[in-house]
Amino acid sequence: MTQKARQIGDTLLKVEGVSLSFGGIKALNDVSFEIREREILAIIGPNGAGKSSMLNVINGFYHPQEGTITYKGKTRKQMKPHAAAKTGIARTFQNIALFRGMSTLDNIMTGRLLKMRRNFLWQAIYWGPAKQEEMAHRASVEQIIDFLEIQSIRRTPVGRLPYGLQKRVELGRALAAEPDLLLLDEPMAGMNVEEKEDMCRFVLDLNDEFGTTIALIEHDMSVVMDISDRVVVLDYGRKIADGSPDQVRANKDVIDAYLGVGHD
Amino acid sequence: MEILYAFFIAPFVDMASDHIFFAEVVIVGLLTGVMYSLVALGFVLIFKASGVFNFAQGVMVLFAALTLVGLMEHGAPVWLALIVTVGVMIALAFAVEWIMLRRLVNQEEIVLFMSTIGLSFVLQGLGETVWGSNVKPLDIGIPDESFEVGGILLHEFDLFAAASGAVLVTVLAVFFHFTRIGRALRAVADDHQAALSVGIPLKTIWIIVWSVAGMVGLVAGIMWGAKSGVQFSLSLIALKALPVLILGGFTSVPGAIVGGLIIGVGEKIAEIYWGPLFGGAIENWFAYVLALVFLLFRPQGLFGERIIERV
Amino acid sequence: MLYREAGQLKTSYAADQMIFPILQDRIFVILVVVAAYLVPLIANEYWLQAVLIPFLILALAAIGLNILTGYAGQLSLGTGGFMAVGGYMTYKITTAFPDLNVLIAVLMAGLIAALVGLVFGIPSLRIKGFYLAVATLAAQFFILWLFNKVGWFVNYSPSGTITAPPRTLLGIMVTGPEATAPTRYLVVLTFVALFALVAKNLVRGRIGRSWMAIRDMDIAAEIIGIRPYQTKLLAFAISSFYCGVAGGLYVFCYLGSAETEAFNIFLSFNVLFMIIIGGLGSILGSFLGAAFITMVPIFLTNAPPLIGLSMPIDLQKHIEVMTFGGLIIFFLIVEPHGIARLWQIAKEKLRLWPFPY
Repeated sequence: MTQKARQIGDTLLKVEGVSLSFGGIKALNDVSFEIREREILAIIGPNGAGKSSMLNVINGFYHPQEGTITYKGKTRKQMKPHAAAKTGIARTFQNIALFRGMSTLDNIMTGRLLKMRRNFLWQAIYWGPAKQEEMAHRASVEQIIDFLEIQSIRRTPVGRLPYGLQKRVELGRALAAEPDLLLLDEPMAGMNVEEKEDMCRFVLDLNDEFGTTIALIEHDMSVVMDISDRVVVLDYGRKIADGSPDQVRANKDVIDAYLGVGHD
Repeated sequence: MEILYAFFIAPFVDMASDHIFFAEVVIVGLLTGVMYSLVALGFVLIFKASGVFNFAQGVMVLFAALTLVGLMEHGAPVWLALIVTVGVMIALAFAVEWIMLRRLVNQEEIVLFMSTIGLSFVLQGLGETVWGSNVKPLDIGIPDESFEVGGILLHEFDLFAAASGAVLVTVLAVFFHFTRIGRALRAVADDHQAALSVGIPLKTIWIIVWSVAGMVGLVAGIMWGAKSGVQFSLSLIALKALPVLILGGFTSVPGAIVGGLIIGVGEKIAEIYWGPLFGGAIENWFAYVLALVFLLFRPQGLFGERIIERV
Repeated sequence: MLYREAGQLKTSYAADQMIFPILQDRIFVILVVVAAYLVPLIANEYWLQAVLIPFLILALAAIGLNILTGYAGQLSLGTGGFMAVGGYMTYKITTAFPDLNVLIAVLMAGLIAALVGLVFGIPSLRIKGFYLAVATLAAQFFILWLFNKVGWFVNYSPSGTITAPPRTLLGIMVTGPEATAPTRYLVVLTFVALFALVAKNLVRGRIGRSWMAIRDMDIAAEIIGIRPYQTKLLAFAISSFYCGVAGGLYVFCYLGSAETEAFNIFLSFNVLFMIIIGGLGSILGSFLGAAFITMVPIFLTNAPPLIGLSMPIDLQKHIEVMTFGGLIIFFLIVEPHGIARLWQIAKEKLRLWPFPY
């Protein structure tokens, strides 16, 4: 643990005072926390606490009414999705946002799109630079396929895959972008014990081998306690705790939130 | 400079200088609009209740009118012909449900849309095979005296058409909002499978909706047919209904009316006052461009439902 | 027995991603292409003029529409309009520059069609689905109205028709009344073969994937870095280019002369039928659908006499229309994913043949 702690670097992303409303509903209320390089941060909280909204703000799908997002030293009032993707933020989604008409391989290849430069004329001819580029990216994608152990479903249209495998493919697509910051929205939802162990192994390997910073939303407490370096707890749009897993576990506010003690 | 004047000033000067004519143009536009609305209503019904964009609605209007006229030509009195035609439209609804809709339950919208285009060909061919393809006059005894109000020429027939439109709309609006079946229809429009799993009888709902749309089509067919004869071009009105639906919202009954009126008036005014600048016949595309512009500012139409996408 | 992949192991990604990775497929396709070029030796004038040439040209338009609607997911009802741009602009360019190679004129007209497509694709930023279809309908009606009203496009001809002037390629007449059917057929065949290859290259690479991503879930596509607007506009442009070239060939190598009616909404519907019945998102499907839609009217016209039925012409026409509609409905029920899917299933079965599973 201490060896790991030494590797964790400076702040990669910081949100300060972020508030987000949809009409009359305040999804996020003055939330501030930071994510440090190479750490695994878990965002937890009861349903409706605003966790997914927080991720959506970070990668630019929602624009907060107040607050700032500082990423890699640059402070912005809101992120644009394209800018987020370009500067190394990738994510997975709670309800799986894969491209159903395409195969596993194609889906993961879409993750490499930002790295593909060859213009449309070369694409039309295919032979030559476009093909070389395609093959180079195919090679990287195959590495990811090996890593996630999904070789056998390469050509299957993802719409036909079972839920657990779809989640893995989605992770693969996020990895294909070689992100600096990986946002995982309930990556283990709906999985059984073995599948969860596999997923945990992938997450930890990613962090270990590639130094990827990971922020994940997760409901399974044993997973959270096991793999995360720090935990941020949200409830009704506010941050109610922020610290190491042990600290958070013992925090009275957190216990109250989960047990549903009355709020004002 | 001259062009700017001709485009931006002159038409309005024309409108102001002859109020009577302008009013008449507006009224003609409104009445054409009512006709469009009647056709659009059929669309809205089917779309609202089954999520299908029924391209064949225009042909259904033609088919209903053809059947009515054909029966009358063979000597049936008006009331009998009407009843039989209504029966035919209901039988059609049964047939459409049994042959087409049932087997396409889970398909994507575009497949259903294409199948309604196929249906339009079938109905057209059938109608023309059975009743022949000459233009037929339709006279079911709607009064058509003209009279003047404040110097503006009006026709009883047009008022009758407008009144029928109003009655239909009110009846349908009430039906959708206040009856059990109306609620079931709205559920089906939202999500077929969910509606099925709650026990709503999809089959019955569809038959009801298509029958009602058929009857609305019959009313529209009578109005159009009495005005300009029953002929093939009636089926192309379906294409005009699209801009009407865009303006009004695909799922709104009052929207179909408002949209129809706006398109009707807009088209007429554009044609009369700006048409000459372009050499005429801008009615061909004006409605679509108007709808397009509208779409850019209000994609769901005046009364339609906002689509919110979540990830 | 015949269709086994055993032994055909791919040792490189390039081999895996070929257009036709299975050897038997490659042989089959080569045979088809060779046969296609040899057709003029055996086919009669009627078959070339009335069946094969329009089939190829419409297949090209179908590929164009498939790119926009099948791959990029943007419903378009304006195919006829874009083809018209190609046809009329080819006419203008070749009459203005008679010495310019007519095929270059067709390509340039295609580029103009691409620009027009781009303009009418602008609403696609905010509008989707059936609503976008309205924008394309606006294109369809407006373009035809423009060509009707503005005499410049038809060189002020009083009849409003455009007629393909005689033009040669390498000394042989390819357009105009003296161009023979086999010549025109070969020109069209070469165009279509090349364009189909280019289309296939585009859709199997980066561009095709970004189109399909936009089609399947444009929000997710945006989040992984695809720019939805540019991607859609590119689809409009390329699709309209294809339709424009098809339109130029339609007038110059098939019809000989045309009015705007030749490009009306029913043409748009026909091409849409082709890609739906053939298979959305499939280049092969575009061909299969074009073949189907081209053949059905011919079959319907010629079949009744063959089985001894004779009917008055207009009755026969009505029945044709009915049957056409009925076939479409039938097809949509039986295989909504199109003939291309049936083809795939057949190939799967062939792999196992003669074993049942």
